[in-house]
Amino acid sequence: MTTKRATLLILAAIVIVSPFFFPSNYYYRVGSLIFVNALAVTGIVILTGYAGQVSLGHAGFAGIGGYACALAPVHLGLHPGLAALFGAALSGGVAWLVGRPILRLRGYYLAVASLGLGILVAMVLANEAWLTRGPDGIEVPDLGLNDALEAIGIDIRNTQFWYFFSGLVMVVGAWIALNLHDSPTGRALRALHGSEIAARVVGIDVARLKLRAFVISAVYASLAGSLLALQNKFITPDVAGFMHSIEMVTMAVLGGAGSVLGAFLGAAILTTLPQVLTVFQEYEQILLGLVMMLVMIFMREGLLPSLARRVRGREK
Amino acid sequence: MKTLTALATLAALGAASAASAEIRIGATISETGPAAFLGDPEAKTLEMMVEKLNAAGGINGEQVELVLYDDGGDPNKARTFATRLVEDDEVVAIIGGTTTGATMSIIPVAEDAEVPFISLAGAIEIIDPVKDWVFKTPHTDRMACAKIFEDMKARGITRIGMISGTDGFGASMRKQCLEIAPEAGIEVIADESYGPTDADMTPQLTNIKNRAGVQAVLNAGFGQGPSVVTRNYQQLAVGLPLYQSHGVASKGFIDLAGSGAAEGVRLPGTALLVGDLLADDDPQKPVVAAYVAEYQAEYGEAPSTFGGYAHDAFAILTDAITRAGSADPEEIRDAIETTAGLAGTTGVVTMTPEDHLGFDLSAFRMLEIRDGGWTLVD
Repeated sequence: MTTKRATLLILAAIVIVSPFFFPSNYYYRVGSLIFVNALAVTGIVILTGYAGQVSLGHAGFAGIGGYACALAPVHLGLHPGLAALFGAALSGGVAWLVGRPILRLRGYYLAVASLGLGILVAMVLANEAWLTRGPDGIEVPDLGLNDALEAIGIDIRNTQFWYFFSGLVMVVGAWIALNLHDSPTGRALRALHGSEIAARVVGIDVARLKLRAFVISAVYASLAGSLLALQNKFITPDVAGFMHSIEMVTMAVLGGAGSVLGAFLGAAILTTLPQVLTVFQEYEQILLGLVMMLVMIFMREGLLPSLARRVRGREK
Repeated sequence: MKTLTALATLAALGAASAASAEIRIGATISETGPAAFLGDPEAKTLEMMVEKLNAAGGINGEQVELVLYDDGGDPNKARTFATRLVEDDEVVAIIGGTTTGATMSIIPVAEDAEVPFISLAGAIEIIDPVKDWVFKTPHTDRMACAKIFEDMKARGITRIGMISGTDGFGASMRKQCLEIAPEAGIEVIADESYGPTDADMTPQLTNIKNRAGVQAVLNAGFGQGPSVVTRNYQQLAVGLPLYQSHGVASKGFIDLAGSGAAEGVRLPGTALLVGDLLADDDPQKPVVAAYVAEYQAEYGEAPSTFGGYAHDAFAILTDAITRAGSADPEEIRDAIETTAGLAGTTGVVTMTPEDHLGFDLSAFRMLEIRDGGWTLVD
C-alpha cells in the first residue's frame, strides 16, 4: 500500500470511527474544529513543506474566506456555498497579486510580505464597519445542507453534520495535496525546496512554481475560514488575527511540515490542548512556545516524521 | 498508532468534566486576553456569589456548581466552550459572553440546545430582535447615547463633536449615537476616530476644536483611549464640556487620566459607582452596598461596573430558579422572562417577552467627576 493511500485511509477511518467513542455532542464540535484547522494546515504543508516558503499571514486568507460567506450572500445574492468558492477565488487572486512580485526574490521576503498582508486584512475587517460591521463581527447565513439532508430523511444534529462535512472536506483536501506531492509540480516544488539553484539548472521556473504553491495554500486557508464561518454562523475579525496565522504555522511545524498526516496530527494536538488544559488558559501561549521549542530541538522534522523514523529504525 | 493518539486525546477531554452537583450553571468568560479587564471581575464575582449561595444552603435546598471556562476573548473558543457547557457539562443555563463577538457566537448554541443564556455584553443586537433564550444585563450602547444626549439637551447643547475608538465598543457606540442623534435633536458636526492603542489624540481633537459651532465633545471608547483623550483635551484647553461613555466608569479611568484633567468630565454610570451617594429609599442602595462590601472583603479591591453585570446575571438566574422551583432549562427561561422588580447593581430589572434587558434610561445615573471622585448630576 502506498503512503498516499495509507494516509487517506487513516484520515477517513479517524473521521468515521471516532464518533463511536464520543460521550457527547461536544466532541463533534472539537472534531470539526480539528478538521477545519487540519484543512488550513494542509495548505501550509504544500507551501512550507513542499516548496519551503514561509507565510505568516495565512489567517488573512481565512478571514477573506470567512467574510465572503457572510457578505457575498447579502450583497451579491450568492448561495453561501458559492460564496465560499467566491472567497477561495478572491483569496487565490490576492495571493497571486501579492506573491507575483515577491516570489521572484529569494529569502524571507514572502514571510514579511504575507505578515503585512495578514495584518492588513485584519485591519480592514475591523475598521471598515460599513461593510463588515466592525470588530463585533457579523452573522453568516446557513449553508442549508443540513436541512437538505433532513428533507431526504437523514436527521442529524447541526454539530454532527458539521463534523462529517468538515471531515469530508479535509479528506478531499488531503487527497488533492497528496496527488500534488507526486505530480510533476510537486516534484518540482520539492526540488526547489532542496536547492533553488539546482532546480533552476534543470529547467524549473522557480518563481512561477512558488507562486502556484502560495496561491493553492491561500485557497486552502480561505476554504477553512469559510467552513468555520458557516458552522459558527457568525464571524469576527479575530479569524484573520496574527496569532491565528502563527497557530497555523505552529500546527504544521509541530506535526511535521512535509507530511499531510502530520498536518492533521499538529492540528489535532493544538486544537484539543486548550480544551484539555482549560485551567491553564493563562499559560497557553507559554505552553505553545515551549512545545514548539522542544519539537524544534529534539524533533526537527516535526512529531510525525521523527516518530515514524524512530519506529522504522527499531524495526530494522 | 495515530488513531490511538487522537482517541486518547479525545478521551482525556472527558476526564476533565466529572464531579456532579444538583444544579449546574455554566459560564464562559474572557478572564484573559484583550477583554480581561471586563472578564476578570466578572469571573471573580460569579465565583464569589456561588460560594456565598452554597454556604447559605443553595437554591431550593440544592447546591449549585459553577462550570467556568476562560475563552480568552476569542469568539470561536467561546462557541466551543458553550457547546461543551450544554452538551458535555449539561448545564441548565449559561452566563457569559464578555464581548459582543463572543456573545453572538454563543447565541446559536444556546438557541439550538434550548438553554437560557444571559449575556454580559453591551450591543443592542443581542436582544433586539428579542430571542427566546437570550437575555442580557448591561445597558445597551444606545441607552448610553440617549442618556448623554438627554443631559446635553438639558444644558442647551445641540451641536457636538464625536471622537471614537475603532475597537468593538467604540465602533458600536459611535454607530448607535449617530443613529439616534437626529431624533434626540443633536447634530454631530465633527466625527473623528483613533486606534485603541494610540498614545496621542491631539490631531483629532484639534480638528474638533477648530470646527466652528461645536458645543461639546463626546468620546465613545473604553480602555486607555479615553484617558489619553481626556489628557490631550485638557492640554489643548478645548474648554467645552467633555462626555465619556459608560465604558470608562471606573476609578481606574480617573487615576489614568489624572484627576486634574478629568475634572468636570461627565459620563453615564451605574448605581454601583455611587453607592454612597444614592438616596436611602433607592431600591438599588442595599444591593450595591452588599455587593461592594463582599467583593472588597473577598478580593481587597473595589468592584467595577463589569463585575456588577455578572452580579446581576447571577441574581436574575438564582431568582428565576427559585421561583420556577425547578432546574429545567425551559422553566428557568420562562421564569427569567417574568422577572419583576429585581434590584440589581445596574438597574431594577423587569423582564417581559418583548424586553429581555428589563430596564430603561432611568437606570443610568449621569455622573460628573469632581475633586477626583464621582458626583451625581441628577
